[in-house]
Amino acid sequence: MSSKYEDVIIGLEVHIQLTNLKTKLFCSCNNDYRGKEPNTHVCPICLGLPGSLPVVNKNAVEFATRLALALGCDINKSFWFFRKNYFYPDMAKNFQISQYNKAGGRAFADGGKITIKLNSKKKELQLNRIHLEEDPARLVHKGSIATSPYALVDYNRSGVTLIEIVSDPVMNSPEEAREYLKQLKSIVQYTEISDLDLDGSCRVDANISIKGHARSEVKNINSFKEVERALKWEIQRQKNLLKRGKELIQETRHWDDKRRVTIGLRTKEFEKDYRYFPEQDLVPIEITKDFIDQVKKKLPEMPNARAKRFQKDYQLSEFDSEILVLDKDIADFYENGVKSEKSFGPDEYKQYCNWLMGDISRWLNDNNNVIKETKLTPKQLVDLIKLINEGKITGKIAKTFVNEMMKGTPILEIVKKSGKSRIADKDKIIKVVKEVLEENPDIVNDYQKNPKALEALIGKCMKKTDGRLDPEITKRLMQKHITEISAKNSSED
Amino acid sequence: MNIHEYMAFELIQKIKNKELQIQEIVQFYLERIKKTDNLIHSFVHISEEKALSEAKQKDNDLKNGKSIGKLYGLPIAVKDLICIKNSPTTCCSKILEGYYPPYNATVIERLIEKEGAICIGRTNMDEFAMGSSTENSCYGPTYNPWNLEYVPGGSSGGSGSSVASGQVIFSLGSDTGGSIRCPASYCGVVGLKPTYGRVSRYGLVSYANSLDQIGPLSRCVRDCALLLEIMAGFDPLDSTTVNVEVDNYTNELDKSIEGKTLGIPKEFFSEGLETDVKNKVYEGIKKLERLGVRTVEVSFPYLEYTIPTYYLIAMSEASSNLERYDGLRYGKMSDNLEGSVFDVFSRTRGEKFGPEVRRRIILGTYALSAGYYDMFYIKALKVRSLIKNDFQNAFKQCDVIVSPTMPTTAFKIGDLVDDPLQMYLMDVLTCPVNLAGLPALSIPCGFDSKNLPIGFQIIGNYFEEKLILNIGHLLEKELNIYRKLAPVNRGK
Repeated sequence: MSSKYEDVIIGLEVHIQLTNLKTKLFCSCNNDYRGKEPNTHVCPICLGLPGSLPVVNKNAVEFATRLALALGCDINKSFWFFRKNYFYPDMAKNFQISQYNKAGGRAFADGGKITIKLNSKKKELQLNRIHLEEDPARLVHKGSIATSPYALVDYNRSGVTLIEIVSDPVMNSPEEAREYLKQLKSIVQYTEISDLDLDGSCRVDANISIKGHARSEVKNINSFKEVERALKWEIQRQKNLLKRGKELIQETRHWDDKRRVTIGLRTKEFEKDYRYFPEQDLVPIEITKDFIDQVKKKLPEMPNARAKRFQKDYQLSEFDSEILVLDKDIADFYENGVKSEKSFGPDEYKQYCNWLMGDISRWLNDNNNVIKETKLTPKQLVDLIKLINEGKITGKIAKTFVNEMMKGTPILEIVKKSGKSRIADKDKIIKVVKEVLEENPDIVNDYQKNPKALEALIGKCMKKTDGRLDPEITKRLMQKHITEISAKNSSED
Repeated sequence: MNIHEYMAFELIQKIKNKELQIQEIVQFYLERIKKTDNLIHSFVHISEEKALSEAKQKDNDLKNGKSIGKLYGLPIAVKDLICIKNSPTTCCSKILEGYYPPYNATVIERLIEKEGAICIGRTNMDEFAMGSSTENSCYGPTYNPWNLEYVPGGSSGGSGSSVASGQVIFSLGSDTGGSIRCPASYCGVVGLKPTYGRVSRYGLVSYANSLDQIGPLSRCVRDCALLLEIMAGFDPLDSTTVNVEVDNYTNELDKSIEGKTLGIPKEFFSEGLETDVKNKVYEGIKKLERLGVRTVEVSFPYLEYTIPTYYLIAMSEASSNLERYDGLRYGKMSDNLEGSVFDVFSRTRGEKFGPEVRRRIILGTYALSAGYYDMFYIKALKVRSLIKNDFQNAFKQCDVIVSPTMPTTAFKIGDLVDDPLQMYLMDVLTCPVNLAGLPALSIPCGFDSKNLPIGFQIIGNYFEEKLILNIGHLLEKELNIYRKLAPVNRGK
């Protein structure tokens, strides 16, 4: 780890929408507000109309229990929702029903940890607590917030369940924070409580300080990807100030993701007094051991355990397994694929892993897509690897199939359509080899001093045939022919 | 006998026997409201057309042999803070001017939609139920029909005065610190505050949500029992309702109470109590003794802390409950939209809330603020549980507790307007019941020298509504003054 961050202390508060719930936290309105006509998923409760009362969504409690178990938190046997009072135009009631761990209140669960690995060093990051709360409505501005002449309020989001995961101030670099979020995202995916790829499904507040100085809280970081960037910027800002002999003040700053800077609020802003107190419209919620046990039973294998099992079952390296299990859909895909083919052994397991983590992942990244949204099937990748291993196509050719495979086209059909089956016919290969040798006398000359020039010649052969030549045979024939030419040349000298 | 002189259970019989049509009854009450309400001002909104057309429909349904529910189209008046779909519900506050809720409160679903009562109008109240006199309404005060110079009590003043003067057969109120029992006492009608969690609060606009309950006001205990039977019970829309079976309250009203023990809390009969009130309540106790009950003195060492405890909790909760009124989604916003959204919120709230509401919001906000929370709110919760303990200790020795409902009879309009503290002290005998979450009934037990009614309070243990109604009904029969209607004049 770079020494430039040694004195940095970071704590994160991550808000995750439980997008996999069907209904909101306190009413039966449809939870799925994305892309819907504004203010159509609303009722007296999520609009906060006078006289309406909240009723706790039991499934939200179950989801919170799943996450708490997956993170190894201590679940409180009973808790009471609290009101967090503040006026804001996105708040239907001008208070938010949340949880509080002071003033007689309790979080949903305390403690827990997330293990990260950075530069092959493992580190356990302690969590402080997790709790449930309701999402406010969505403010829609015309253009940027600063210049919009008005704000529109869409209450479709009002009352959607959020779960807040608060870490202790235990991270020492933006990279650690990035890894923390990567692991958290993975665990959330495994518990099936939320789809964090959905826009706006997570928001992060970060507390950042340089040891011995006042901390700032950076709010409004609206995606995991932005966190590392925001942290780096804020740390630099703090260090620059210190370098210039200035002292830092405790303050709340906003992350402006357009300008990519943190902005301090005017000094007029003071520490907010939320006047937390118990929500009397709800009764204490009891979480029994029986309930926890039932949830535990339904919980799938978590990524850490799965990575260990992958090492054992598929003889993958620790490194490969840990990356492979990170995305549950990829890991599921992997297992479906390798288990479906009885003839597969450790070599194929590794090959399959390489394909998923290499070309397939690259394609997904480039196309900003996720595996379950594509038509790629585990079977296609099995077929592909079999064709390569049987020598029917070359690895190089196989790589050119990725685009077509993602559309779900069966491998054999792709091979047929492309006419790119492997060329193993000796005569055909010799013809190409001879052509290349004739066309490239310079490289042939170079070969005398530099045997590596052989690779360059083979590359030329492949280029001529779209990579269809069998690499082994081509190499052997090229070697044979170039040696012959060399011998001839030297005898003529 | 005129229609308004009958009790609800008698009118139901007459409708069943086809002696009276629902339309006649509704028409009669509407006429009577027109004739008297310029003097009393019980109503802030009258639904004449809707009430008449519903009455007509119900008469037709009845003729065609259709079931029209247990309440047979009887007119009911509803306090202006219980939501009725598409009917103005303003809590007698300017901030909710023009607000029509898009949904029915659960009690409205049960009484009106299911059992066929007809809402004839909305009754006046202290703004957001904050007050004991109905003087804090944005529509102006209600006048006590026994003497128009006096207050009807509050906050459900219009619900009390309308029943007392025969403008309607029964009404709904809400009781946070005595808001049903106070007007019942001052207006000489029956009022019941049920156990907290017995009646759904869904659709009741919150004042102090850990204390609020909806309850009936009526001219006799039997009518009160009839309404409660329909209103009470678990509601999935209100998490604070309790899934305890609802008793058949009307069936056991005449059951013997011999051998029951009345607890008489000496602290409820101490200084500040008017002599007439004290005497009439003791007469009531004597009558019950003749029916075979025993009496025992019980003690409430923490009663003196009731008022500060009650007001701290109520105002704290109110400060939060009333945050939603900013003019953005419903109700009225200030005409002056200058400045930030927060400026507009503040201006709207400053302009549209009345002085008593503003006072309570400010005090409650203060009590919940960082640094004061432990000193005020948490402490108040602790005293609240001590007061609960007082009751539980008392109920070890007795079946019900009896006391005056109010320490005095009604006071003159304007007398306490400038002395909020004195006004708060009037709630000393009703508030502890809300703090403990217990049920309590107030029935008229006589009149003072000014011919103003006196209320007799019967407090039961949790979910013991059946017993307090039973005792109340038998006492009412013994006293035999319940048919008296308020004269609607300036008194003698």
